[in-house]
Amino acid sequence: MQVFGKTQDNLWTLIAAPTIWGFHFLFSYFLAAYRCAPNADIFKDIGGTRVAIAGVTIVCLLLILLILRRAWREWRAEGGGYQNAKDTPEARERFLEFSTLLLALLSLAAVLFETMPIFVFWDCR
Amino acid sequence: MTGHMGDAADQRDQEDEEVRRGQEERLREVWAAPKGWRYWSAVNNTEVGVWYTALSFAFMLFAGVLALIMRAQLAVPENDLVSPSFYDQAFTLHGTAMMFLFAVPIFEAVAIILLPQLLGARDLPFPRLSAFGFWCFLIGGVFVMGSIFFGAAPSSGWFMYPPLTTDETYTPGYGPDIWLLGLSFIEVASLAAAVELIVGTLKCRPPGMRLNLMPLYAWYVLVVAGMILFAFPPLIAGDILFELERMFDWPFFDPSRGGDPILWQHLFWIFGHPEVYIVFLPAIALVAMIVPTFAQRPILGYSWIVLAAVGTGFISFGLWVHHMYTTGLPSISLGFFSAASEAVAIPTGVQIFVFIATLLTGRVIYSVPMLFVSGALANFVIGGLTGVMVALVPFDWQAHDTYFIVAHLHYVLIGGMLFPVAAGVYYYWPLVAGRKLSDRLGRIAFWLMFIGFNVAFLPMHFSGLAGMPRRVWTYPESLGVGTANLISSVGAFIFAAGILVIVWDVLRPRGNEPYAKRNPWNAGTLEWLVEMPGENWGVRSIPVVTSRYPIWEQPHFIEDVDKGRFYLPDAEEMKRETIITSVLDGTPLQCLRVPGPSFMPMVAAIFTGAVFIFTTFHWWAATVVAMVLAAISIMVWLWRGTALIPEKPEKDVGLGLKLPLYKSGPHSVGWWAMFITMMGDATAFLGLIFGYYYFFTIHADFPPPATVGPGVLWPSVAFGLFAVAWATALGSRLSNQAGRVGLARALMAAGAVVALAASAALLWGPYVTGLRPTAHVYPATVWVITIWTAAHGVAGSLMLGYCLARSLAGRMTPEHDIDISNVALYWHFVGFTVIVAVATLAYVPVLT
Repeated sequence: MQVFGKTQDNLWTLIAAPTIWGFHFLFSYFLAAYRCAPNADIFKDIGGTRVAIAGVTIVCLLLILLILRRAWREWRAEGGGYQNAKDTPEARERFLEFSTLLLALLSLAAVLFETMPIFVFWDCR
Repeated sequence: MTGHMGDAADQRDQEDEEVRRGQEERLREVWAAPKGWRYWSAVNNTEVGVWYTALSFAFMLFAGVLALIMRAQLAVPENDLVSPSFYDQAFTLHGTAMMFLFAVPIFEAVAIILLPQLLGARDLPFPRLSAFGFWCFLIGGVFVMGSIFFGAAPSSGWFMYPPLTTDETYTPGYGPDIWLLGLSFIEVASLAAAVELIVGTLKCRPPGMRLNLMPLYAWYVLVVAGMILFAFPPLIAGDILFELERMFDWPFFDPSRGGDPILWQHLFWIFGHPEVYIVFLPAIALVAMIVPTFAQRPILGYSWIVLAAVGTGFISFGLWVHHMYTTGLPSISLGFFSAASEAVAIPTGVQIFVFIATLLTGRVIYSVPMLFVSGALANFVIGGLTGVMVALVPFDWQAHDTYFIVAHLHYVLIGGMLFPVAAGVYYYWPLVAGRKLSDRLGRIAFWLMFIGFNVAFLPMHFSGLAGMPRRVWTYPESLGVGTANLISSVGAFIFAAGILVIVWDVLRPRGNEPYAKRNPWNAGTLEWLVEMPGENWGVRSIPVVTSRYPIWEQPHFIEDVDKGRFYLPDAEEMKRETIITSVLDGTPLQCLRVPGPSFMPMVAAIFTGAVFIFTTFHWWAATVVAMVLAAISIMVWLWRGTALIPEKPEKDVGLGLKLPLYKSGPHSVGWWAMFITMMGDATAFLGLIFGYYYFFTIHADFPPPATVGPGVLWPSVAFGLFAVAWATALGSRLSNQAGRVGLARALMAAGAVVALAASAALLWGPYVTGLRPTAHVYPATVWVITIWTAAHGVAGSLMLGYCLARSLAGRMTPEHDIDISNVALYWHFVGFTVIVAVATLAYVPVLT
């Protein structure tokens, strides 16, 4: 995927942002599960885990923002229309860009959702 | 390319009625369903799709009767209408059948009927695979459901939690085995359907149908088939562990030997939660087709629907632990799943708003399908909102395993799935049978169902909050839920009466009722090109599509299709053909010959089913015989029916376009089918690996020091041999392509032998180091990963041998090399499996 200049969108670029959400989700879950296992000492502090998740969150958010920015700019460059039912490669491209934009927004929200638990839970209870 | 396609057609004398009649006769003969007893060898979507749908409905009615028996039992407190044992079997089979034998199969069934029609294709690329899936479904379904007549049905709930289900003391008999093996077999059918539908959606669209013009139903099919591919394999992995524990006492879920019952819950729900969306999305896809028709306008917010489908597809994989909030996981873990469970409400809500907006801006015609759609939206929204409630951990702790959950899940599934499917039955009945269902009966059915449903399930919220647990045979009067239960039971029978009205409407004798007029609902999408009654060929000619609603927006569209003015208006060579196009823009790439009727899929399904059934009853000799016969029948099927070398390299498909008849490698549909199948296979393997690292996480001494076994030596030897086998597979593909057929054959033969040696070396490691799988969960886990990997090596050896035979028989040449291309691709996946397996089994113990 190209960041500057134009790229041709396809099904893989469409699912890039939600895939990053998937990575973020699995990383957070597995790390916390691993650090708390076997769940014997439930008052164990998991400060390091929370910092690590926060770090990965920032990277994931930046990546999604990059995708968002690219989709937004290319979509705007072509007029940013919502009507993309035409039989042209441009309409297909605009449709994919706009859909990528929507999915990136959803992924952004979902990653933010996924990060909330680290502000609330300090240990393995 | 819009409008009248007259010019090019004139050169083919397409306007001559005599010519057209000849074409139609040929097409009709080529696509005709076989007659007499041979009818059951049919593979076309018009037959298989209808059988599949009818059978799913039959299972639904059966499971519905079980539900009515349960409601009768629960109507009054301290009732003893049925025995507790029968009641347990009834609720287990009710849930099992509704999920595995109705909700998922009906999606596959309806998609097999509709998808080719929606894409203007003559058929999907692998009709025999669809037929195989159907026969697997029939055999597995009858096996599972039939067990209740022998009092041998599973009785521990549809999610089969161990240790209740793994301990002979609590669950004697074959119940859980029937559940595990019967359903594993049906899961194979689901994966087959997923492969068919993904390749169908991506490669069989009509020329010109770019991604932005694809019908929304196809978008949903693509997403759901992708979800099946990643959701079902973890359950297959879980089934394998479970069955090994039940049959051979390998202690995966037995805590006294290091196992953990929670692992099953993880594997089950990694499947089970996406499953809910696998059920919901295809039903809502029907709504996305129905709403524009009855609003008489294109959908408003096409991209938003794509967002909803794809977004839900992803996020639904992050919800599984919300079924496990009460298992004592750390709160921070629960928090992640609670957050995802709330986030999934965003895309789910978006599509509801899109439908409402489309209806608000259109001129709605309130016919029966639309009535069911409105009922669906109303009920589903209630189920969705209680879903948001139970996604919150503190609330769920109160409501867990109570009738509140029963109410919630039925609002979601009946509102989100059954009502849309009923809408779909009324909407698409003319497409299947050429006649409309009765408008009057449809309205009666709707109101009975809508009122009955709410009367039955609304009070359950109350009984649940009042403390009535789910799955109880009866309850004491003092609990104070008697009235609520009586109302629920009355509602259930009203609801059932509504279903019966639909059944009557579908089955009642029609006499000489006239056929419906063509495109009876005045819809805009391709499936309504169908004639009343329909022809088996699907479309008269494969159209060029330039809009989302071609019948509304492309002038003379139906006439041009009917007069054969588009592609493939003829079947000159008397072969079944359809067009393969590119993923992004629908550019024609190939004229694909699709196979016709054959008994081989049925034979293969019977033998494969026999393997599962004989295993259930521990008839080992018979199992081995069935396994060999299944392998042979699949080979015969492939040998005679796939990768056929055409009589000429390309053919004129009309409108001055010539397309090749044979493509291999990434340009062929078979290569994509292999790729997709192996993605599912790799996911199942990762399910087993998840088990290894799960135990690694919860045990301080897992894995034990490398000296325990399987050691480093033999896995490393196996790794080297597998690397050689992989290289021979790749080398034989390349040398065959380069025309060095002799070298290619030698490499295939060598590869087949080395692959066997590699598998043996891998198995030798745990054997020679004396790992006993029944002793502890560690050796059991090592063995299961080893056996899985070695089995893939053996299958890879068979495949190389098959390619060698094809080459020797002249059925595979340097130009026509589909077989070895696909086998080389398979070996890349084996390579991945071996790297992960050996690294985990041999090197992780050294490092830790």
